Formats: sequence, C-alpha cells, structure tokens
Amino acid sequence: MSAALRSREALLVAVIALLLAVIASRFPGFVAPSNLSAVLYDTAPLILLALGQTAVILTRCIDLSVAANLALTGMLCAMLNAAAPGVPVVAILVLAAGMGAVLGAINGILVWKLTIPPIVVTLGTMTVYRGLIFVVSDGAWVNAHEMSAAFTGFPRQAVLGLPVLSWIALAAAALALVAIVRTPLGRALYAVGGNPSAAVYAGIDVGRTQFLAFVLSGTLAGLTGYLWVARYAVAYVDIAAGFELEVVAACVIGGISIAGGAGTVVGTLLGALFLGIVKNALPVVGVSPFWQLAISGAAIVVAVAFNARAQRRRGRIILRRAEAGS
Amino acid sequence: MSMTRRLFGGTALAAMTLSAGMATAQDDPLRIALVVKALGIGFFEAAAEGAEQAAEELGNVEIIYTGPTDTTAEGQIEVINALIAQQVDAIAVSANDTDALVPALKKAMQRGITVISWDSGVAPEGRELHLNPSSNPLIGNMIIKLAADHLPDGGEVAVLSASATATNQNTWIAEMEKVLGDYPGIEVVATVYGDDLADKSYREAQGLMQAHPDLAAIIAPTSVGIVAAAQAVEDAGKIGEVNVTGLGLPSEMAGAIASGASKSFAIWNPIDLGYSATMLAYQLATDQAEAAPGAEIDMGRMGTLTLDDNTEGAMADPFVYDASNIDQFKDIF
Repeated sequence: MSAALRSREALLVAVIALLLAVIASRFPGFVAPSNLSAVLYDTAPLILLALGQTAVILTRCIDLSVAANLALTGMLCAMLNAAAPGVPVVAILVLAAGMGAVLGAINGILVWKLTIPPIVVTLGTMTVYRGLIFVVSDGAWVNAHEMSAAFTGFPRQAVLGLPVLSWIALAAAALALVAIVRTPLGRALYAVGGNPSAAVYAGIDVGRTQFLAFVLSGTLAGLTGYLWVARYAVAYVDIAAGFELEVVAACVIGGISIAGGAGTVVGTLLGALFLGIVKNALPVVGVSPFWQLAISGAAIVVAVAFNARAQRRRGRIILRRAEAGS
Repeated sequence: MSMTRRLFGGTALAAMTLSAGMATAQDDPLRIALVVKALGIGFFEAAAEGAEQAAEELGNVEIIYTGPTDTTAEGQIEVINALIAQQVDAIAVSANDTDALVPALKKAMQRGITVISWDSGVAPEGRELHLNPSSNPLIGNMIIKLAADHLPDGGEVAVLSASATATNQNTWIAEMEKVLGDYPGIEVVATVYGDDLADKSYREAQGLMQAHPDLAAIIAPTSVGIVAAAQAVEDAGKIGEVNVTGLGLPSEMAGAIASGASKSFAIWNPIDLGYSATMLAYQLATDQAEAAPGAEIDMGRMGTLTLDDNTEGAMADPFVYDASNIDQFKDIF
C-alpha cells in the first residue's frame, strides 16, 4: 500500500516537473526562483485550506464551508482593523484562528451529535456563513485605505527571502506532516476513515475524531481568512467564492481518497502546488480563459481515475497479506 | 380560478392600503421601487441615496430600495413578484439578465405599474424605457483616453476584464477598439479575464506584467479587477511603470490613488444615476411624460433624457476621479 502511495507522489512530482518544463519552454521567466517564490506565495492559502480539508476528508467527511468561513473571518478581521487600527496583528491572528475554530466546531457538532451527513451540514453552514458576512458588513466593502499598514503588511513581509504567508503555509505543512504520523489524532483520522467499525473496536470515538477534523479545518480557514484579506487588501461578501471546490480538488489531485482513510499530507501539498502552478502559468503562457477551466477540470478527473486504481490495488494487497499471515 | 383568487386578493390588499393611507395622509405617496442587481454593493447603495434625493425634491414619493442577495435573475424575479403583490407605482430595475425578467416585468406593466430599467437593461418589451449611465461609445473612448493621457509617447496597454461573457465589458472593449486609431502609439497587447474575483484578477494582472515587461498601463473596466490590478502593481514594485486605470469606485480606489498605482479612473456618478432613474419613473408614473422614440424626458438637475429608437437614453459622460478629487468622493460611494 505504501508503495502505491509513494508512486502516486512520485508521479505528481514528475507531472509537476514536466509541467514546469513545458511552461519554461514557452515562457522561461516562469521558472526563475523569484517567480516560483511568487507562485508559492499565491498558492499558500490553498495549501493551508487543503491541509485542513485533508484531515476532514480522511475521516470520510467533507467541508464545503471553508471558503465561506475564510470570507466571514476575513471580513470580521478587516472590520475590526478598520474600527480599531491599534489592535496588534498578533491579536488579530489569534482571533482569526479562534473564530475559524468556532465556525468549524459548529460543523463538527452537527456532524457528531446530530449525525447529519457532512455534505449537507457544510452546504448549509456555507450558505449561513456567507449570509452572515452580509449581515455584519451590510454588504459594504472594507478597502485598502481603511486598513492599517501593519494589517496589510504582515503576510507580505519578507523573512529570509520568503513572505510570511509562504512561511505560515510551510510551517503548517510541516506540523501536519509530523502530527498525522506521530500523534494519536493523526492515526485516528486514518482509522476512522479507513474502517469506522474497526476504529470503534480499537477504542476510537469516530464522532469526536470527525469533530476535531472539522475544528482543525475551521481554524486553518479562519487564519487564512485574515491572511487573504490582508494580502489582497480588500474584503467584500464574495471573496474566495467557489474556493472550496478548488480546495477539494487539491486534495483529490493529491491522492486523498474521497471515500476516506487514504492519502498523505505530501500528496495534498503536491496537489495544491500543481493547481497553483497551473493557475499562475496559464495567464503568462497566454492560454484562452475558456481552456483554463477545462484544463483544471481535466486534471481533477484524471486524478480521480488514478485514485480509483490506487484503491483497487490496496484491496488486493490486504488480501495477499491476510493469506500470508494464515 | 386562480385568477379570481388573485383579483380578490388584490382587492383586499388595495382596501387595506387605502384604509392605511386614509389613516395617515390625504394622498398615498407615490411608491417607486429601486430594484438592484444585488443588495450590499456600494455602487447601488449610492444609487439608492440618489433616489432618496430625488424623492425629497419631488415630495410625496416613497423609495423602496430592494434586490436579491446575490446577482441572479431568479432572485430579482422573486423581488419583482413581491413588488407586484405590494402594488407599487413604479419599478426601476438594474437587471441581472436581459430577457429572464421580461415575463415578470410584463405582468407588472399589465397591472398598471410603470417599469423602467437603468444601468443594466431589460429587453424593450419588458420596460418602457432604459436609462444608460453613459453611452457605450463614450465609455469605450474614456477608458482608453485615461490610459493614453498618461502615455504621451504611446506604449503597451492591456485590458483586464470581468468574465469573458459579461456583455457590458465586451461592449466597452469593442467600442474602445473602434477608437484606438485616435490614440497613435497606443497598442493593446492582451485582454484577460479576472472573473470579478480578487485573487484571479490579481493573478491575471501579475501574468500581464510578466508576459509583457514593457506594459505601461492596465485598463480594468470592472471595480473588482481595477482594485486587484492596483494591488498587484503595488506588490510587484511597478508603481510609476504600470498605470492602472479603468472603471472603479472612489471609496475602493482611494488606496490605489494614494499609493500612485492608479493615476486616474472613471465611473459615472451612481448618485446621479439613482436620482435620474427615480425622476424618470416619477415622470412616467404620473403621466407627465410618455416613453416613445425621440421623446425628451425631464431628469431634474441632470437635464433631459433623449430616447433613441430602442427607447434608450444616455445620462452623461463618465466622471474622472484622480488625486485632486478622490478625497471629496471616497466617503460618498
């Protein structure tokens, strides 16, 4: 099984390398280190949300409310900054993560305690959160000149050559890598998604694990909410509209099985980078906007086809092992 | 059967409003509904302010400012049906779809409600007249002029539009291309689409600067695109090299003007637009004017509107905002 997954990641690395080579042949400037750093900067929000989504999808759930959560938290942070420019960025970061966690916990509670299917819950809360942005903001924008310099400057501030936003995404990825392999929760995510009944017998609370996955996803979405708003220096009702599908796409391309229990953090990371590179490259190589959608969609379908194959292989391996054991 | 019920329902409602009217005032105020593409958009909020100004000037006019929460034709149809049930006197709508609203608006006109469209039009059979904020040729000329004014020696410019299917954007760009010959040395090197999403527009603007290192101006005739492009230019450290211009709102562009990423941009005045739409609806609803080709209808302080063969008219030239007047307007809309 691990061999199959390893080959999946190797495959993605190969695809990304090939993609970069093709782009470089048409537009050499794209692979300059400064531009690749810009691509990472641009992809950082996607990476952050995809990491949270990975935890959720591993437990056989899905979180469609992440983009709405991001937008609501982002709007509240922007409004807070406009009203009280003196509040330090650290406080805003904590607040954003906390707000996001609460919004994620609402999803988690509904899935855990009321056992409503996650797709229905998050479809509902997605609409509720978008509506709430409208209620709190009255539909008005928060614009660049209303935000303080510290507020908008934080994510783009360069530390050791990379903007803070990129560092946050890399740090989150590193934490996730360790947490998913080395912590009980990380292992529980796989157990719950892989086989919920077996997980119960192993003493894992399935509902609680799913709840925690939603809280994690919400926290990252909230944190990204502030970073997004600060980065684009504008907050309005529709920010990140439709972004949740991109996040799910990054996970799927990265080999996270929608059926739960399979996939790796590295895969998610590569999936997000693949989408980020495609999104950033298409404008510079001058591909028609109509093709851009088709290309992104095709990548997802191909990835799902690969996922299906990977799962079949896994089944065979388990049987073989059982045979060998007997 | 349902027709009778509706008629009775209508009578009951009329009786109710009549008694309510008698209780409060001699004359029922003339109720004009301003239906916008979606609530919560600064531009339309400003239009509503203009409508209120017109109502104040006219006296005994009540403005009902309404619209769906997202920019869909379905949402607007629901809103229009509700307004028909309330028996308003006039509906002035900025449509999300040219044709989809026609049946609902026809129904309104059959009930004696005056219907006009403004900003974004409805097909002629669904309204009595359409008020364009400006004319498409004027806008097309204005956006290229804004870029050319700061490029005396010519240069490369690119267009950052909303979605590839947005009718108004495509019309303006087509009109701009028609007058390109009047601006020697100006070359349009690309047209890209940001879908009115801040992140996609930002990325497209970045792509433009990379793919065309000599780019001198980005023209974004969309309010989300122009803000995102200005931010991209600022982040790329290209202020002074790349001028961002097009159509935007003063409140949203104040930061870009202050940073120098944008030297100037234009927009019609939405306050004037809401004001004029209300004036026109009032004139028609009180039978002081009739919408017919060639008719000239009074718009108060905005002069008169002359209707063409499609019963459409243009209000005025787009208004240019720059460092000299941005502070005056940024708090208004």
